[in-house]
Amino acid sequence: MKYIDEYRDKNLIMRLADQIKKSARLDYTFMEVCGGHTAAIHRFGIPSLLPGNIRLISGPGCPVCVTGTDFIDKAVAYSENDDVIITTFGDLMRVPGSVASLEKRRADGADIRIVFSGLDALGIANLNPDKKIIFPGIGFETTAPGTAVTIKTADKGNINNFYLLSAHKTMPPAMEAIVKERVNINGFICPGHVAAVTGSAIFSFIPDKYNIGCVVTGFEPTDILQSILMLVKQVNLDSPEVEIQYKRAVTAEGNVIAQSQLKEVFEPCDANWRGFGMIPSSGLVLRKAYERFNAERAMPVSSMPHEENKLCICGEILRGSKTPEECPLFKKLCSPENPIGACMVSNEGSCNSWYKYRIA
Amino acid sequence: MDEIVTLNHGSGGRKTHELISKVFAKKFRLPEPLTDSAVLKFTGNKLAFTTDSYVVDPLFFPGGNIGKLAICGTVNDLAVSGARPMYISASFIIEEGFPLKELIAIADSMSGEAVKAGVRIVTGDTKVVGKGKCDRLFITTSGTGILDPEREHISTGSNIRQGDKLIVNGPLGNHSIAVLGARNNLSFSTPVTSDCASLNHLIAGVLEKCSEVHFMRDLTRGGLAAVLNELAGMTGWGIAVDEVSVPVSDPVRGACEMFGFDPLYLANEGKILMVVSSGSDAEVLDIMRADPLGKDSAIIGEIIPDKKNLVVLDTSAGGKRILDMPSGVQLPRIC
Repeated sequence: MKYIDEYRDKNLIMRLADQIKKSARLDYTFMEVCGGHTAAIHRFGIPSLLPGNIRLISGPGCPVCVTGTDFIDKAVAYSENDDVIITTFGDLMRVPGSVASLEKRRADGADIRIVFSGLDALGIANLNPDKKIIFPGIGFETTAPGTAVTIKTADKGNINNFYLLSAHKTMPPAMEAIVKERVNINGFICPGHVAAVTGSAIFSFIPDKYNIGCVVTGFEPTDILQSILMLVKQVNLDSPEVEIQYKRAVTAEGNVIAQSQLKEVFEPCDANWRGFGMIPSSGLVLRKAYERFNAERAMPVSSMPHEENKLCICGEILRGSKTPEECPLFKKLCSPENPIGACMVSNEGSCNSWYKYRIA
Repeated sequence: MDEIVTLNHGSGGRKTHELISKVFAKKFRLPEPLTDSAVLKFTGNKLAFTTDSYVVDPLFFPGGNIGKLAICGTVNDLAVSGARPMYISASFIIEEGFPLKELIAIADSMSGEAVKAGVRIVTGDTKVVGKGKCDRLFITTSGTGILDPEREHISTGSNIRQGDKLIVNGPLGNHSIAVLGARNNLSFSTPVTSDCASLNHLIAGVLEKCSEVHFMRDLTRGGLAAVLNELAGMTGWGIAVDEVSVPVSDPVRGACEMFGFDPLYLANEGKILMVVSSGSDAEVLDIMRADPLGKDSAIIGEIIPDKKNLVVLDTSAGGKRILDMPSGVQLPRIC
């Protein structure tokens, strides 16, 4: 298939793996920030192609994984109203809240529908004028512009039964939080789709302030291996900088239209990250002009504080300081069928990827 | 006759008889008078017996409908056990208000598929339930078939040996993607048609010429990955699969890339996995490829010794990873 096969060419992959082996003369720890990268790395078996002195650790870039339990609890609380339809991305269905998941609520008879975009949810709002449509918006700079367009469309169409429950977040503050924690990282495999929107320049503060290299990376095996090679070279030469490997999608300035939509509709707010706690200015909340679409303002719900399983180390895994196999629950109490921590729920979560793909 | 099915059709009275005689008995060519059980003739030592219920949304999809599915599924369950499918029963649970025209179309395609597969629908039942008590139409089919005792090992895989080759009869995932595309609530369309087909003739062609078939299973729910994991668990062997060799059509791959699905986990309704001895793989492949339902057959891997009974995938990228048992249905991803 065009645009896929070229990037999965085995000969090219083997050549890249070989060059990495030849260039890697130190010990390296690289963090892939994006959940899409985590899934791709394991799905293609990339770790089995790398020498032992290159370690890949997963970061906080799976939107489902970093979404707090209280967010699911709120969505579940909304679903208990008979006049509410929850329209959600499929990934959120199985995430356990403190009392139920959306999947369980659907089995109980709640009207919960999977959508592929906010605009799909808006379509449902149009067709059901006597219902309130709640759209739990999660994701980073990649999905947030889509939500922004949805809100603007709802505004223009005077739709008054559509509400956003926002847990949208932005990536750089979380990356900075990790660096500040002094997790030992020699380079970031930076999220390609986030950067397609924001531009690669958004990561410049990482080499400038913290002396750590960044390569904005695509999602195919050749992309990932080429980026690892670029990071190895940066470390070898001690010249950290932001480079773009994913040139077919990313520029330094990014998608200016998407950025302006985002800015017009959202403003930064402090946000709660699972595993990190509160990170200042890392969330996105609707601006005053669009406040009427804010579910939490229009229909306030409360969620009880939730105690996580004390043995779950999702927080440390999301910060890159531990791997899933170091968790006492991994493959024992915690599995894709019975996820205890968020990293096991999403296809892009590191525990889920390790469980499904990794040969011990 | 009324245009829709009503609760009256399930009352056991005149309307019920009208529905049975004008739709099912007519389409399935049931001999009069209709009795409470079919009396079947069969010869041979062993009888294979299977049953399956069918629920699908939407009922009609590119490449088939729930009725065709119900016949193919039961025929295939018998055929992969090494049996020759003979007789089928069909039970219908119909939601009140169901359009009769659609019911006739479904019975028609069941009848057509039964003729194609060389099986007879000999008994059945009809129930009508109130609005909202079932999702339009559910069908349960059971089937019997004659099993040559020499083929009894096929369903358990007890003859499987190290080095045995794995063969599938064509590209995977078409049924899942066709049904997904046909669902109205998704703003997504696809040219993919379901692979829904009865495979008993294809299988008979192989079994007649080759006695070295060690295992067969149809790749329905859970797809190839589920069957391979069941097989590894059942036999105590490991399995090595070469991802590049697994046939997947471009439109299915494209849809999978978009939704974050893995085609190896998608349901099929006309695909089987066959495990054959390493010496007979070329012959079996030739026989399968000569049949239109097996023209894209491919060898995709082999049986290997492995203490943990793992299914290991040699990825298209040249790496290795586990191909695990699927957990739950695949859900579309965010980005």
